[in-house]
Amino acid sequence: MPEPVLSVRDLSIAYQARRGKVQAVRSISFDVERGEAVALIGESGSGKTTVGLGLMHLLPATAKVLEGNVLYRRHSNGLAGREIEVLSLKGDNLRQFRWHECAMVFQSALNALNPVLRISEHFADTAKAHGYLSGYRQTTALKERSLQLLSMVRLDPERVWRSFPHELSGGMRQRVLIALALLLEPQLLILDEPTTALDILTQRSIMDVLKELRQKLGFAMLFISHDLALAAELADRVATVYAGAIIEIGDVRTIFRKPYHPYTIGLINAVPTLTSDKSTLISVPGSPPDLIQLPTGCKFHPRCPLADDRCRREEPPLTEVVSGHKTACWHWSKAREVLKVYRA
Amino acid sequence: MPEPLLALDHVNRTFTVKGQTIKAVDDINLDIQAGEVLCLVGESGCGKTTTGKMIAGLLPTSSGRILYRGKDIASIADKDRKAYRLGVQMVHQDPYASLNPIQTIYQTLAAPLQHHRFTRGESETKRRVRELLEIVDLTPPDDFLEKYPHQLSGGQRQRVSVARALTVLPEFIVADEAVSMVDVSIRISLLKMFTRLKDEMGVGVLLITHDLALAKYFAWEGRIGVMYLGRIMEIGQAREVVDHPQHPYTQVLLSAIPEADPDAARAKKRIELRSTDMPSLLQIPTGCTFHPRCPVFAGEVCEKVVPPLKKGDWGSDVACHLVQAHES
Repeated sequence: MPEPVLSVRDLSIAYQARRGKVQAVRSISFDVERGEAVALIGESGSGKTTVGLGLMHLLPATAKVLEGNVLYRRHSNGLAGREIEVLSLKGDNLRQFRWHECAMVFQSALNALNPVLRISEHFADTAKAHGYLSGYRQTTALKERSLQLLSMVRLDPERVWRSFPHELSGGMRQRVLIALALLLEPQLLILDEPTTALDILTQRSIMDVLKELRQKLGFAMLFISHDLALAAELADRVATVYAGAIIEIGDVRTIFRKPYHPYTIGLINAVPTLTSDKSTLISVPGSPPDLIQLPTGCKFHPRCPLADDRCRREEPPLTEVVSGHKTACWHWSKAREVLKVYRA
Repeated sequence: MPEPLLALDHVNRTFTVKGQTIKAVDDINLDIQAGEVLCLVGESGCGKTTTGKMIAGLLPTSSGRILYRGKDIASIADKDRKAYRLGVQMVHQDPYASLNPIQTIYQTLAAPLQHHRFTRGESETKRRVRELLEIVDLTPPDDFLEKYPHQLSGGQRQRVSVARALTVLPEFIVADEAVSMVDVSIRISLLKMFTRLKDEMGVGVLLITHDLALAKYFAWEGRIGVMYLGRIMEIGQAREVVDHPQHPYTQVLLSAIPEADPDAARAKKRIELRSTDMPSLLQIPTGCTFHPRCPVFAGEVCEKVVPPLKKGDWGSDVACHLVQAHES
């Protein structure tokens, strides 16, 4: 087994708020293998975006990494190369890591582009900032590479190249961002809610573009999304995030067919699909926890139908229950018996 | 057929943006019966929200009439206007923006009750407010009375918005993307609440959404209308529309929907569009507005003639030349 591209270990991040400390990320650990697509799914306020920002060193000033480490491995010619300790990167090394190694596509495509720059200038700026194709070679080679990327994301390259962001639709801007992220051939692409706020047909084309690009270019992806359908379609492995922690992680089929955690089961049962019957839709009772005053024990216990005294007292660790599948629940062995999974 | 609660008669709505005219809603005809559940589905810019706002009386029509119990809402007599205004309520998309941040939940709900004299005196008002909070599952109600909107979660705020709409005992609620800002795990419970309002109080609902799977679930016994660039492309019984889509646009939408099921999602057959990008509202295509993207585009007739909305094979009304040609 080759070494993973990214290994996150015991990452904890908190925000300082007036009311107290917001424990946005609590001891999260996961790996992203080479060329693999991993999805972090969770509801708003579960801490999933904070994980992504933390990996890119983009946390706001009020946030602090409390502990943990993030190891990134540069691979070349199929061999694991240099290891980079991401959280201690500074200055030029950090700049080198961002975009060359790991690029991010942000949540709001509408705001991520500079409104007074043409798309061509966005590409030139990115290349310049990261020292890509400098000097006289830049103009022609960069344009060639950029146009190639723009057509790979199914845009009309010549037209888009000259456009300002406001001349493009939301879906087109999102595709420009994906092309821009791939400019320096990163090994890892982090996508934060890449299809949220887009129309169905536009979402579809973004998903198709991502699938195609991944096949062609072989980069690894880390999706951050609340959309289970997106994860079902694009991810190889899925991690469910609740109250800042991963409560279940495993192969996409196992997560959707044979989930072990009551929260994952609840989420899957709460999403209507075109084929589902009306009577099988059940929502998860209660509402997500306050990250400042977390419940004791298992953070899901106030909403969990299986909760007992032990759940209220002790937080269950994330443990391997079947090969490659981990879950954090004291009752994992009977969860699916008690709470039916209607999609299975 | 009894007289419909609401009837849209050749309703059009245009907007002028920088001197150019945009057609947001183009010749919509629709009857809504009392207590009916209807979902309008479509992508952004299809005119679904504009239609909802016109039905709720928040936006006048450019031409055409909207009838409430047979009376044109634009020229309705004062006495009937009040009945209409109270009878048709709206729940907005964003529960963070639609509640007054400096009023407590009690104040928010008491104001319409007292203004319209549904309750008299403090104690009766308080009793009614408690009842309303219980109807929308905000229990125990006393925990919520003195809270401000910022102390509630998105789902709870949306429940307060619904309770506010219910203060004046409406017959019909227009809910514009009322669940799309709410977390996945609690969406269904909000929809179940709407369903209960219908079953127990006979309140009809128009739910405006972009999510066909959600629409099928919500309008299980009701109807779904699919809109595209200002027109209704297909309308019929919810399960017919989703299980047996007749219009190519409905079929494309259904084939594009991502499914929360890894096997179904990967096995699903996609229909390719002729063009991915939605045309500009400033240059709405001639003839059938879907023709530049339509996978079964059949030439001149689609480019030149607007297909009328007619009964198709499965009982739904469909606006497509091909579906009708096939039938006759």
